Amino acid sequence: MIHNENSNTHSHRDDTGAKMGMWLFLFTEVLLFGGMFLVYAVYRFQNQAQFHLAGMELNTTVGTINTIILLTSSLTVALAITAIQKNNKFLSMLFLSITLVFAIMFMVNKYFEWSTKISHGIYPGSEELLKKQNGEILFFGLYYVMTGLHGLHVIVGVVLLSIMMLLIYKDKINIDSYVKLENSGLYWHLVDLIWIFLFPLFYLIQ
Amino acid sequence: MENANKKTHITPYTTYLIVWIALLAFTSITVSVAGISLGNYTLVIALFIAAIKSALVINIFMHIKFEEKIFKVFLALSGMTLLIIFILTFTDFSFR
Repeated sequence: MIHNENSNTHSHRDDTGAKMGMWLFLFTEVLLFGGMFLVYAVYRFQNQAQFHLAGMELNTTVGTINTIILLTSSLTVALAITAIQKNNKFLSMLFLSITLVFAIMFMVNKYFEWSTKISHGIYPGSEELLKKQNGEILFFGLYYVMTGLHGLHVIVGVVLLSIMMLLIYKDKINIDSYVKLENSGLYWHLVDLIWIFLFPLFYLIQ
Repeated sequence: MENANKKTHITPYTTYLIVWIALLAFTSITVSVAGISLGNYTLVIALFIAAIKSALVINIFMHIKFEEKIFKVFLALSGMTLLIIFILTFTDFSFR
């Protein structure tokens, strides 16, 4: 159907098709998180005051730092693709390793954030939390589920991008064939995209 | 398709850097706005800025701006689906 210059090297390859498949997968991810955002929206609408009260307990600074980390890691993934398109294998791997460092920094922050909350006795089903009002319980439940699922995606992204780095190293991803890297990049950007909405909804309630 | 004979689009490093700076700028705006008490507008402004940020990520980082039309159609369809789900739920929720 579509022949871009990439398909010259291998007659059985369909990069556009591969990317389309990735986008279709991303839409299922959007629906998965979309459903949770919907639950959040309705409950917030019902319990505005209590959501504000609970939101005040989250650390805006940690949230902001994690936002900057994720945005920057999105940048480095994008740069890694340009680098491989310009046949700069070393630079591409360098950008990917920076991305991995950022991803791990994000998870370390998340770890400390959750540990602090848990040490304060706020975790799903805890006595401390169950003593609070309904809206606050809902807020923290959604907080753990949504940032938790997002965190799982970050871990999957780390695995995925590590594999891509290995493939670049082995020349399986190169200037003629880099759709795998592009698709992994798309996944990583989606993780960033979800965080762009999670951040104001959980950390910026004043 | 119209892109069939075009060369693959390579986004320059500088484009990505500019988008990244814009994203950071919007982040600082949204954080500072959240500090000001604007009542119900706070949420609207925060979501508006988040929408601008995601448009930047989708168009440039995710390369949608330079992809074939079918990708944009896909994206619009899934966005509309999500929007319809939200509207229907809130309609149901508001009138029960």
